[in-house]
Amino acid sequence: MLDLINVSYDTQIPNNVGLSSDKKVLKALEKWHPGYIDWWNQLIPNRYQQSEVYLRTAVSVDPKGWAKFDYVKMPEYRWGVLLAPQVEGRTIPCGEHAGEPAWQDVPGEYRNLMKRLIVIQGDTEPASVEQQKALALTAPSLYDMRNLFQVNVEEGRHLWAMVYLLHKYFGRDGREEADDLLRRQSGSEEAPRMLGAFNEETPDWLSFFMFTYFTDRDGKMQLESLAQSGFDPLSRTCRFMLTEEAHHMFVGETGVGRTIQRTCEVMKENGIEDPFDVDRIRGLGVIDLPLIQKKLNLHYTLSLDLFGQEVSTNAANAFNAGIKGRYQENRLTDDHQLQNDTYKVWDIVDGKIVQHDVPALTAINMRLRDDYTKDAAGGVGRWNKIIEKMGIDFELKLPHEAFHRKIGVFADKLIDPDGKFISGAEYDKGMVEWLPSHADGDYIQSLMKPEYEPGKYARWIAPPKVGIDNKPGDFEYVKLAMA
Amino acid sequence: MTKMIDFQTNPSKYRHWKVQYDGPIANLYMDVDENCGLFDGYQLKLNSYDLGVDIELSDIVQRMRFEHPEVKVVVMRSAKEKVFCAGANIRMLGGATHAHKVNFCKFTNETRNTFEAAEEDSGQKYIAAVKGSCAGGGYELALACNYIMLTDDSSSSVALPEVPLLAVLPGTGGLTRVTDKRKVRRDRADVFCAMEEGVRGKRAAEWKLVDEVVPNSKFDATVAERAAEFAAASQRLDGLKGIALTPLKREITDNAVTYSTVEIELDRAGRKATITINGPDAGAPADMDTFTTEGAEAWMLRAARELDDAILHLRLNEMELGLWVIRTQGDPETVLAHEKLLLDNQDHWLANEVLQLWKRVLKRVDVTSRSLVALVEHGSCFAGVLAELLFAVDRSYMMEDEFEGDNRPMATLTLANSNFGQYPMGNDLTRLQTRFWGDEASVEAAQEHIGEALEAEEADELGLVTYILDDIDWEDEIRIFMEERASFSPDAMTGMEANLRFAGPETMETRIFGRLTAWQNWIFQRPNAVGAEGALQRYGTGVRGDFNMERV
Ligand SMILES: [Fe+2]
Ligand SMILES: [Fe+2]
Repeated sequence: MLDLINVSYDTQIPNNVGLSSDKKVLKALEKWHPGYIDWWNQLIPNRYQQSEVYLRTAVSVDPKGWAKFDYVKMPEYRWGVLLAPQVEGRTIPCGEHAGEPAWQDVPGEYRNLMKRLIVIQGDTEPASVEQQKALALTAPSLYDMRNLFQVNVEEGRHLWAMVYLLHKYFGRDGREEADDLLRRQSGSEEAPRMLGAFNEETPDWLSFFMFTYFTDRDGKMQLESLAQSGFDPLSRTCRFMLTEEAHHMFVGETGVGRTIQRTCEVMKENGIEDPFDVDRIRGLGVIDLPLIQKKLNLHYTLSLDLFGQEVSTNAANAFNAGIKGRYQENRLTDDHQLQNDTYKVWDIVDGKIVQHDVPALTAINMRLRDDYTKDAAGGVGRWNKIIEKMGIDFELKLPHEAFHRKIGVFADKLIDPDGKFISGAEYDKGMVEWLPSHADGDYIQSLMKPEYEPGKYARWIAPPKVGIDNKPGDFEYVKLAMA
Repeated sequence: MTKMIDFQTNPSKYRHWKVQYDGPIANLYMDVDENCGLFDGYQLKLNSYDLGVDIELSDIVQRMRFEHPEVKVVVMRSAKEKVFCAGANIRMLGGATHAHKVNFCKFTNETRNTFEAAEEDSGQKYIAAVKGSCAGGGYELALACNYIMLTDDSSSSVALPEVPLLAVLPGTGGLTRVTDKRKVRRDRADVFCAMEEGVRGKRAAEWKLVDEVVPNSKFDATVAERAAEFAAASQRLDGLKGIALTPLKREITDNAVTYSTVEIELDRAGRKATITINGPDAGAPADMDTFTTEGAEAWMLRAARELDDAILHLRLNEMELGLWVIRTQGDPETVLAHEKLLLDNQDHWLANEVLQLWKRVLKRVDVTSRSLVALVEHGSCFAGVLAELLFAVDRSYMMEDEFEGDNRPMATLTLANSNFGQYPMGNDLTRLQTRFWGDEASVEAAQEHIGEALEAEEADELGLVTYILDDIDWEDEIRIFMEERASFSPDAMTGMEANLRFAGPETMETRIFGRLTAWQNWIFQRPNAVGAEGALQRYGTGVRGDFNMERV
């Protein structure tokens, strides 16, 4: 009998979907595999490819013990196809088919819509690896380098997950889309990634932490809503991806937290009370809190744009079709159809920011974004706790959603982080304080020196409280190959 | 929609398009201002268009030919990122009356035809440089260009998603051009038109949906290269200087629209409009230099522009005037002389353009869904190009013999060479060939009389008019005909006339205005598209159209 919990290794591709007896899909995946390996090998500098990295690999989808840790060279990582266990009697959670048995196959009428959603999700997975490809060169510790690679290989696995769905359920079109997922490249002029935010390079480690905290969280919200899909294989895939995604957000949150911790420590050690005494703080080789606020402003607002227009036909269609639910749809207690409900969305009327009710179906994006904002606020609170504990008078804040937007009703409007309309002059002047300048970027860049000695950390970042897999402080997370 | 729709515009008023002139190449950027829709209630997002956007495009195409004859290649592209053009605005269509939708589609079809024909008529070639999504009406814009280039960035695509998305047809020539012009195999066309997301990359070229697929990094350079090649290969003369299309003189009152040479009298009670074209009041310009100096003031050009605007004005703003009465007044010899100057100088760019404009204006008459009647009265000047109107209308009545108390010159009509090929209809036949379909002898008989001022009896014998009436019968017969016509169902009239006007073989153009438009207009009436639960109404709500699954 097919073991749907533990991963089977009887094919080149570890899986719990019975690939060895699904010749058609196996063949398609095996054909796609070399292209994937090529993509990976060309991406990350060879030295790191040859290094032994202490990584977790999924060996089961049992929530109680799904991963095992060991040294592995990344190109030999066992990227697999893993679906969360099937829930007996699961029904379509929302939309016009709510309550009907969940689809085990793609319904023809929604094939294109579903394929599009999977392709968009799939496109972001390899994109982030591409964005982060140069970061190993400046890793502040082997611990951080290992975390980076962990995130990278898992994003790679997420790509596999989406490609499996494309191969298994979308026929020839699906195979072509899978090929194109490798063809597009982040920042490429030839064939850029589909979403704007995924075409920007991640230039430094603070950006990486902010990215994993804010932008991966958008990914998490998208996965959460796809985990509520009436298309069961998609739901199961995304549920399992979410277990991995939690670690990515952990890397982001603790990374920013450790940066803050270090800054506060150095300020204290040197008797600096004023967090805005930027020159002195920078003179000591740590990242001032105002700059962390600027980075936060930037990454949060870029991530908000990923949710699309506040009022969206596509989102409405996907929800009504039962392809994509709301965040934790299964825990909501309304009728899950929303045909007569309304939801508050932002708008600008006569130069003022107002909220008004629109049909809830069309406001699905807005709602997910609101859930995202709530989710994102949690970590910001914990960062503030660190600052408070150190006795420094400074508070990090999420800016108003209207600030610095490129998509939706607030796009390109002159609005400050408090959500106030301001003049062009005020905006230009304020931007220097609200978003990182090139000079700020230069400063962060100047701190980006690698620290490859086990147990040592770059000056600007504090060590973690506990090691990965409970390893001791001087554990060699990456056994670097000779340069 | 009580607001008057004005078809006159000029570059200082454009909101949606930008043109950069660069010697023989013009770069035409679509950059729709989403907040400047013609009506309230929708935003023109993603370069979607409404009639206002198309009126500007039509103006640009017209000015390209008259004001910028130096241009050999026009590159149409989008100024927005990630989208070429999303097609006609769905919310606009959802909110528009049936009549507005139909008229909107007709006008956009005419505009597409105009720039499509610019290559053959004037040697101005249109390239569509497609980056980003190009869907529905957006792809129909590209389809009407002479050459389509698509970037291969693995996301840009061409698509006709109307059927799966909106339960209507790609009705601005889309279905027809895919097969008739692009020669896409019909089973592939079936696949293409039933898919929402369209086709991108190499397959788009393989299926002949585009002419060329270009790597994204080389796209702009290749487009520029292609434009330069086409310009170099053009037969058009270099460095021609254009003339200015000055604003039309037009006065609009409650019951009349008056231009310098065209007058419209509006009879709302009788549901009719009487259009009178006045012949030139002076002799023809001596030569093309003089004509060029006169420019937009020259009678042949002025009359064509005025008549064109009059037709559009009546179509969109006076929907209840179901009968158009077409009259002329003036000296037939002078009309012929003005036309002859152009016919004798067809290799002169401006002569050619004016004649081509007349061809288009006459085609507009052909596809106008109004009952058309021409009255050949005493003092009229149905000669040459104006005689063509007699063969465009549904019926014509001619005065016979003298009328008491009427001292105008005797009613005549005069054929010219131009009536035998200069102004073909959409079916590629002359109006006389269409009139005498299957009866070449009658065409030849008429040809024998070129240049003769034919009076009623002769005209009748040659079959060139419907009825000739003398003083005793004229008034009553005309009145009875008009009253009867005004009492018929406008729908039945539109259908009957559109069928009878185009005898003979089909062409791509007649298939667009006939087959495609008729099916589209049928669908536009059906609940599956426009009912409260139909796809058009529901578009954007997230709830799908509820279809009546019975096949009709
Ligand atoms: Fe991921
Ligand atoms: Fe992630």
